[in-house]
Amino acid sequence: MSTLSFSLAAGAFIAAAAAYLGSVMLSRRMALVAGPLGHLTLPGIALALLWGLDVSLGAFPFVLLGVVLIWWIEARTRLPMEALTALVFAAGVAIAFLLLPIEQAETALVGDIMQTGAGDAALSVAVSLTVVLVVRHTYRKLVLTTISEELSAAEGIDVKRYNLMYLLLIAVVVALGVKVVGGLLTAALVAVPPAAARNVAHNLRQYAHGAMAIGVMSALAGVLLSHLTDLPAGPLIVLVSITFFVISFPFTR
Amino acid sequence: MTIEPDDDIVLQVSDLEVVFEGRAVLSDLTFSVARGEILTILGPNGAGKTVLLRSLLGIVPYHGTITWQPGLRIGYVPQRLPYIRNMPLSVADFFELKTDATSDAPAMLDTVGLPPELAGHRIGDLSSGQFQRVLIAWALAGDPDLLLFDEPTAGVDVRGTETVYTLLSRLYRERNLTMLVVTHDLAVVHRLSSTVLCLNRKPVCHGPPLDILTPENLQRLYGTEVKFYEHEHE
Repeated sequence: MSTLSFSLAAGAFIAAAAAYLGSVMLSRRMALVAGPLGHLTLPGIALALLWGLDVSLGAFPFVLLGVVLIWWIEARTRLPMEALTALVFAAGVAIAFLLLPIEQAETALVGDIMQTGAGDAALSVAVSLTVVLVVRHTYRKLVLTTISEELSAAEGIDVKRYNLMYLLLIAVVVALGVKVVGGLLTAALVAVPPAAARNVAHNLRQYAHGAMAIGVMSALAGVLLSHLTDLPAGPLIVLVSITFFVISFPFTR
Repeated sequence: MTIEPDDDIVLQVSDLEVVFEGRAVLSDLTFSVARGEILTILGPNGAGKTVLLRSLLGIVPYHGTITWQPGLRIGYVPQRLPYIRNMPLSVADFFELKTDATSDAPAMLDTVGLPPELAGHRIGDLSSGQFQRVLIAWALAGDPDLLLFDEPTAGVDVRGTETVYTLLSRLYRERNLTMLVVTHDLAVVHRLSSTVLCLNRKPVCHGPPLDILTPENLQRLYGTEVKFYEHEHE
């Protein structure tokens, strides 16, 4: 198998997991949290590149720290989220550019899905598939908790546990996503496909499946376009998904 | 304390206190709810009514004890669900989110006086009156013993309000319900409740509405605003 097929497989599975979870995140206005979380991964990506590790592995501890912080702060204080995310964003970018050799900055900023080896691809596919299965298994409860914590609690759902699990899923998706689109564009991977699907979906099933389909098609098209043009894949994937959104927009219900 | 499954008491709250950032938003609250009772919790905005509901549902940390009768099925009717309109969710989808539903969406819609074909409509397309009935139907789909109801009149026009009262009274009779209704609306208290608990961060009064809702108690409940208002009109 060629590097291209590894890139296509990893890209498609990661995009599917991100869009599926994104369909829950979008309705709680959580999708944009993936942005600062992505920025927070930049120092991790820098370290991974310095040590020759997979960028997702380097990113994961940092994004995990980010979600634990969000969970802790959300539960205990009323600090304004904007101030906090701005702080996190600035710290992530600043530390990354201190550590990062400038010739490797492109990988951190726009991803390296075109350099996917067999091991990376297998890991990405396995982790993405796990995320999809976990989200599928808990989808109704995640959606209900998103709609109302009170309703979920009255249904006997352990809201705190689900919120933590939800944030951990976001952490995994962001760590995977930085490989595909880099540290600056991860929010697009979770937000744009569900936003496009929402324009045309009549019910929840169409919405979730539509988001995954648009995510996968964008990733495949972006990787192929990158292969043909030598332009970076990450921005191409994001622009293809935005094209889907623009096409779906006139059909908004 | 513990409540036995065949006790008349279904909920016992003792010495409840909820503290946010060092400030008590609820304190010294002790009350119980008997099977078949309709307890309204009356208080001005900011009196801690929503905090009380969230404590009863176990999603805010509190001191004191809240004891539910074991096995009691609770249906919760929220005031509004701000995020639900962001989702392409049909009424039938919404019912599928329920973990313990015993009846399907069209049957439950019929129970609250809505046309069963509304099940295929998107939640975002419903009127506010229809949406409130859908929320009641949703709560009833789990065949609850007790309904927790947050502000039944909010956002509904006068004609809609009338029918929601009638609907609640009918459901109460047909389904052997116990109800706990949070409201700032005196009309709800008079029409529905067997007992009223007046709350303004602390309990102000507690008993049958006709005995309890005296001008003195209402002034204590609503504080200086009522005094000031009456003064101006003299």
